[in-house]
Amino acid sequence: MSESSESAASAPSTRSAVATILAKDLRIELRTLQSVPSMVLFSTTIYVIFRFGLDRTRLDGALAAGVLLVTVLFAALLAINRLFVAEREQGGFEAIRLAPVDGTALFFAKAGALLVYLLALELVALPIFWLFFLDGAAGLLPLLPVLVLLDLAFAVTGALISPIATNSTARDLIGPLILLPLLVPPMIAASAAGQRLLEAGGPSYDRYGTWLGVLGLYDLIFLLIGWAVFDFLLED
Amino acid sequence: MPEAAADPALRAASLSVAYGERWALRELTVAVDPGGTLAVIGPNGAGKSTLLRVVATLLRPTAGSIAVLGCELPRQAWRLRGRIGYLGHSALLYRELGAVENLRFHARLFGLPGDGAERIHELLERVGLAHRAGTRVGEMSAGMVQRLAVCRAVLHEPELLVLDEPLANLDPAATEIVTPLLGPAPGRTRVLVTHDVDAALAGADRVLALARDGSVAFEREAAAVDRETARAIYADARVAAV
Repeated sequence: MSESSESAASAPSTRSAVATILAKDLRIELRTLQSVPSMVLFSTTIYVIFRFGLDRTRLDGALAAGVLLVTVLFAALLAINRLFVAEREQGGFEAIRLAPVDGTALFFAKAGALLVYLLALELVALPIFWLFFLDGAAGLLPLLPVLVLLDLAFAVTGALISPIATNSTARDLIGPLILLPLLVPPMIAASAAGQRLLEAGGPSYDRYGTWLGVLGLYDLIFLLIGWAVFDFLLED
Repeated sequence: MPEAAADPALRAASLSVAYGERWALRELTVAVDPGGTLAVIGPNGAGKSTLLRVVATLLRPTAGSIAVLGCELPRQAWRLRGRIGYLGHSALLYRELGAVENLRFHARLFGLPGDGAERIHELLERVGLAHRAGTRVGEMSAGMVQRLAVCRAVLHEPELLVLDEPLANLDPAATEIVTPLLGPAPGRTRVLVTHDVDAALAGADRVLALARDGSVAFEREAAAVDRETARAIYADARVAAV
């Protein structure tokens, strides 16, 4: 062994490991464009289907919130299904377990990557939704915190469940089967907040803070669960 | 008083691994001294790769005990993180990243100073991939990927090298290039799976031969194993396969 590297190598912090894995994931996504473009295309297609399926050019209230949030949910599933595929097929799981880093770094990095994908999706999909279905944009600004907290819920639960699904033979089936029931609470909270913000007469802030609190609490709980159990999920 | 013998770098006792109801390894007992090399030979399906995955902390044993570099597995596996260089069937490299990008990713995970820039440059030079530093792994030949995987395995200068057919996909020239990187070195213990019986006998201190059912056919000093005995392991398997 050479003296220099032997003496100077030291285990990186979890934060540094998260940044390393996240940067790698975003670089690969920028090169392959595997997730975000598919999510955008899917969302746009769903909006077109809703527009003609419902035979309505304007939506408001619960229906508007439902169309928006369900579309984001299923677009998120596309990314979640692919989230750990490279780690399984190209040895990322083994690489992390051999390195002197906490396995939860992978969880936080994957949740971070998924959050970035969802925010990128909404950057495109939200204006399209507005053009297709809304009369005004007044409700969209207060809707942003709701969407960000919902995205975080998708990200943490997705990063927690995806490795389980990825390591099973029925990946495409297992992921949604476990994930969708877990996502019912944040979907209820986001829909309840969203339907009032997208009312025809303008946004209503009735219990807005409560629903944001529910979403934030859900995110916190699943972040803590992921932090506590993810290392065990990496084991054979 | 006589000096106490150093603890073995690898010690397994009655180690067994099962996949479901199928036993891949049965009652394996072996010890390797620090700095020594254990060559593992045996026919396909004898459990060689399974043994390496257990040693590398990537697989939990089903029964028995194993200690690696003084750490009991799987309880103390976390203490071994960063001390093992593993070269298995998968290169552990991302196809969409370039050679340097892959090695830098691993260097950061292993906490190498300066993101291992000097070490990466040195290794790529040594394996003849310096001119391919920016080439994506998905665009490389199998031999080039294997050379890069060798760089990845030794990047952090591990105390224990766990090598599963490390010269696979390499032509004679490439074999000559990477052999010094993977060979014996002071303070480095090696566990090496190979089908090259001559190389196993020449480069190892001890030889572990596994039979087709995952049991130990023999385990002894390499100097005490003759070529015909070692080759008989494969002959038995051929008979069993017929």
